Amino acid sequence: MRLRGLYLLTLLLVALPFIFPDNYYVTVVGVTAAVHAILAMSLNLLMGYAGQISLGHAAFFGMGAYASALLTTRWDWPPLLAMLFGLIFTAVVAYLISRPILRLKGHYLAMATLGFGIIVNIILVQAGEYTGGPDGLSDIPVLALFGWEIDSDLRWYGVMMAAVLLVLWLNLNLIHSRMGRALRALHTSEFAAETMGINTTATKSTIFVTSAVIAAAAGSLFAHQQSFVSPGSFSFFFSIELVTMVVLGGLASTYGAIFGAIVITFLPELLVVFEDYEVMIFGAILMLTMIFLPQGIYVVVEQRLLRWWQKCWLQSGESGGAT
Amino acid sequence: MSESALLHIDNITTSYGPIEALHKVSLQVEEGELVAIVGANGAGKSTLLRTLSALIPPKSGTIHFAGEAITALPPHQIVKRGICQVPEGRELFRPLTVEDNLLLGSYALKGDEQWVTERLAAIYTLFPILYERRRQAAGTLSGGQQQMLAIGRALLGRPRLLLLDEPSMGLSPLLVEEIFRVITTLNREGVTILLVEQNARMALTVANRGYVLETGRVVATASAHELLQDDAVRRAYLGY
Repeated sequence: MRLRGLYLLTLLLVALPFIFPDNYYVTVVGVTAAVHAILAMSLNLLMGYAGQISLGHAAFFGMGAYASALLTTRWDWPPLLAMLFGLIFTAVVAYLISRPILRLKGHYLAMATLGFGIIVNIILVQAGEYTGGPDGLSDIPVLALFGWEIDSDLRWYGVMMAAVLLVLWLNLNLIHSRMGRALRALHTSEFAAETMGINTTATKSTIFVTSAVIAAAAGSLFAHQQSFVSPGSFSFFFSIELVTMVVLGGLASTYGAIFGAIVITFLPELLVVFEDYEVMIFGAILMLTMIFLPQGIYVVVEQRLLRWWQKCWLQSGESGGAT
Repeated sequence: MSESALLHIDNITTSYGPIEALHKVSLQVEEGELVAIVGANGAGKSTLLRTLSALIPPKSGTIHFAGEAITALPPHQIVKRGICQVPEGRELFRPLTVEDNLLLGSYALKGDEQWVTERLAAIYTLFPILYERRRQAAGTLSGGQQQMLAIGRALLGRPRLLLLDEPSMGLSPLLVEEIFRVITTLNREGVTILLVEQNARMALTVANRGYVLETGRVVATASAHELLQDDAVRRAYLGY
């Protein structure tokens, strides 16, 4: 019941490459959308559910990507080992900064995470000896899973979509667990959460690390898929884009985060026809959405559909009773 | 009053910056008792409960619970030991459902699913309205229902000591009676309760013993019955 959406999405994702074989929007833009969806879901855990804003999420994405890129190109580590190292490294860094940073609230937390994101980006640019500086690192080897090389668009489509479904499954389970309830509780009132016996510091720290590690995993996959990384992909602007995805879909809605990621990825592709006005129209769409649907597009549509459905259900029930 | 009391507060002083809210307060609660702390606004009643739940650290003094010093423990450790608070103003998780609110009360009891399920059923029997509204957001409940939810939530924490902070606040006289009926029932079923109230008459009517708090000091303590008869207490808090 809880996982119904997950099953539907699985069907859809499996069907798409059959319905549209060799379609650029499915296997190329779709894969980018998948990376964005994973990132948006991870950020939504922190922002949507726990209520802790982060303007530096791209940094964790970058840490995962650069760990894979560096270790596989410079030191010839096997890709999976490099990925694992990247995740552990990101977890340690996220844990170390979470304690001081999550004491802050609201704008101050936003500022601190923003600063962290910028620092990481500066390191990527400045440590050119290792990271290749602004030019980045190229020729990242192909990722192979048990001898199966992921070397085509279609294979990447399969791997990324599997990753999306896995993260979605993790999210849905987490949200409905004891931990998920604790997150929503501390979002509402930290004081009340403490009187319930929730260790708010530890809970916030746990979700911050979880969120960062998921982002790093996305980064590692992204590095192998692109076979090239540069600091531009992990900048402050990308952090803001991720926040936009989460807010656009609707805070505290996992499917909303996926929806936001899809919109933000595909909209620019569709707006290409407007050429020079593309960015302006993109901005206008975002503004209008936030003015008229501040709860997020996905959340509002879901509520309306649910209400409509219930109405139909009631009416059919009444007419059934009358006859 | 012995050293073996369930709760033993000894010379607690708590301050907000330079302002002392509690001054050398000592107090005991025995297992199974219903003890009331009465006093005017700003007497330090809520501060005392917050200090007990470790939401504010005391400046000096010690707190013992079931023979263990708990003065330096963080809030979640206090809850784990069975001191559950119904905070002033209820502090519900308003956007969350009634059932989620109740289940959050059992957060500290990880693992004991069966006890939680049974207890949840018991709470729904005690407050049938909560069962009817279990899928509704807690913020949509009326004041009385919210107070019942707050009490139910604390009961799901398997309290050895239940702290109630102004349960009558903002409720109509009829609902106040209802809430106090529930408090008496709970106590009869064996829950030890420390009750803080401005409504001194109500509190002392249901309590075994009482403490009178005035500007952060305990100025009187006796059986609830004696306090109700005491001239000074009557003039100051009961208004006759």
